[in-house]
Amino acid sequence: MADETTNQGIPEPEGHSDVIETEYEIGQDNIETQIGPFGLDIHNPVFLISGVAIVAFVFYTLALPEQASSVFSSMFSYTTKTFDWFFLGASDLVVLFALALIVLPVGSVRLGGAEATPDYSYIGWFAMLFAAGMGIGLMFYGVSEPMSHFSTAFGGTAVGENGIRTDWAPLGGAAGDQEAAIRLGMAATIYHWALHPWAIYAMVALALALFSFNKGLPLTIRSAFYPLLGERVWGWWGHLIDTIAVFATLFGLATSLGFGATQANAGLNELFGIPIGTGTEVILITAITAVALISVLRGLDGGVKILSEINMGLAGLLALFVLITGPTVWLLSFFWDSLLAYAENLIPLSMPFGRDDVNYSQGWTAFYWAWWISWSPFVGMFIARVSRGRTVREFVTCVLIIPSLVCVFWMSIFGGTAIHQVVTDGYTAAQDADLPLQLFKMLDPLPIASLTSFIGIVLVIVFFVTSSDSGSLVIDTITAGGKVDAPVPQRVFWCIFEGAVAIALLVGGGLAALQSMVISTGLVFTIVLLVMCFSIWKGLVSERHSR
Amino acid sequence: MFAKIMVPVDLAHADRLTRALTVTADMAKQYGAEVIFVGVSTAAPTSVAHTPEEYAEKLKTFAADQGTKGGFTASSDPILSHDPSVDLNKALLKAISDTGAELVIMASHVPGALDYVLGSHGGHLASHAHCSVLLIREG
Repeated sequence: MADETTNQGIPEPEGHSDVIETEYEIGQDNIETQIGPFGLDIHNPVFLISGVAIVAFVFYTLALPEQASSVFSSMFSYTTKTFDWFFLGASDLVVLFALALIVLPVGSVRLGGAEATPDYSYIGWFAMLFAAGMGIGLMFYGVSEPMSHFSTAFGGTAVGENGIRTDWAPLGGAAGDQEAAIRLGMAATIYHWALHPWAIYAMVALALALFSFNKGLPLTIRSAFYPLLGERVWGWWGHLIDTIAVFATLFGLATSLGFGATQANAGLNELFGIPIGTGTEVILITAITAVALISVLRGLDGGVKILSEINMGLAGLLALFVLITGPTVWLLSFFWDSLLAYAENLIPLSMPFGRDDVNYSQGWTAFYWAWWISWSPFVGMFIARVSRGRTVREFVTCVLIIPSLVCVFWMSIFGGTAIHQVVTDGYTAAQDADLPLQLFKMLDPLPIASLTSFIGIVLVIVFFVTSSDSGSLVIDTITAGGKVDAPVPQRVFWCIFEGAVAIALLVGGGLAALQSMVISTGLVFTIVLLVMCFSIWKGLVSERHSR
Repeated sequence: MFAKIMVPVDLAHADRLTRALTVTADMAKQYGAEVIFVGVSTAAPTSVAHTPEEYAEKLKTFAADQGTKGGFTASSDPILSHDPSVDLNKALLKAISDTGAELVIMASHVPGALDYVLGSHGGHLASHAHCSVLLIREG
């Protein structure tokens, strides 16, 4: 129940903004109840539907692991094969829209009202962006992805009996031409980590920030649909949208947790001989979820922000170490070469139609887009919460351009060093190793390898923790109908749940199970994403016209 | 004995504050004290207010109403927090030193099993504040 003072109408935010007049009160559909000792404040029915559906899903995977795993793998290949054009085309549209917002007049709208001031410094903001948005992925793919695209491009193309290419090379490959293969490999990697993912994050974040800070609607995904659905957004349409967002977030997170667990396991095996297997991974996920719980209990400023800053510091040091002890001068020019190669290949790589590099564009790109999109409610809500007080132009520039450059830098240093080891030193251990192990094999020939490998494992684990705790915050907010001040036990519940889903899916079908869930929920959320761009446009235009 | 009394309020649950507010009025009259109503909110819209400014406005109105009804000098101090569910204790302790309150009057619930793990806000304040803290059980 809200108190009687809520009906006094809606005063202006700081300075001018175009608040949406709605009868809806935040939390009006919530159930505030006491279950045993736990006080709860949850949205009815989003919390129940998503909770029950996820529990049912976990039980299915554990009860019938063989059937589940065959269902998962056919789902994965069907979705990537059938909808690859949709993922690619939609992401391209989002990038173009984001770039347009930087140059168009609507970019001058300020989030939180014309006179709002930013809550967080740039450093704190970026640290949280990265740790939440890409952390584990950068550790997992930093070495392995450039290496992989370089090798396949160098291997050239091969056509199967049915006329479909069987190789994994991006675009037309670069058979036998080492220089061209390196450039294409880097371009194909950066394509997955620069403008496209950050544009997706930026637009979801912008939609949330705009409709919540300027329009006064609850901080949840459905609010972005107000221009399209009107008051219906508080009914079943809204429940559906929020439930999809919870699903996407949970499975996106669980996939990253799965990657993190396999990589930490591989590293621990390399350093200390700890056996590799599902058992170890389950123990790892359990232990790390426990640490995430502590962080959750310490809150946004005391937990997530501090961990993010520590982690960004550590990751920065590791990158600097590799840069200095690796082929420094070569790496610096390699950064520019990679950036140029990215610019040259961006258009052919992002073509949604007429691709013959099916393994690359479906197996890599379509999966990545689904993965980023499934993370976007989570990262987007996070960015939204810390973006108040910035103009749209400033916001999009900062979320799109700067993180993209940092990713190019990271990939150039880690991937570049590994490629340099292969082509110049003839050291192929990183190239030959399994994906999760490639980072550690690359660090091996550099000085103090056991220390840096250990730091690598710590980084994976801490990124893992920050993803898990910030994910719990976000899912809790969505399932509490946009309330950011819901009781703490709810976050604890989601935090434990994320760990449980990751474990269940690893046991049930390994990483393949996780990936196919990501791609399915990502597909549905792609539609949500496109509608959001439309809503942002309507919202920004009304904001400017109302002045 | 007390010149300044601080009263933390949760505007979303103002109906659960009745006893604490009655005691506040009595104490304020008894000692001729000024009362500062403190509320913690966040930048995102909440059930109470769509924006921090609206929240500040509502807290001000609430304080003024209490002052007129009880016949004491009342003011308000809205605090913005990034994560109110967790940072409430810290924010309130800071408000005590910022306002220079000599007494805190706060509504509290009957302790349950979970209080052994997470603790209550009133309990935390009573153990850590340098001033006097009076907890009123609202049942």
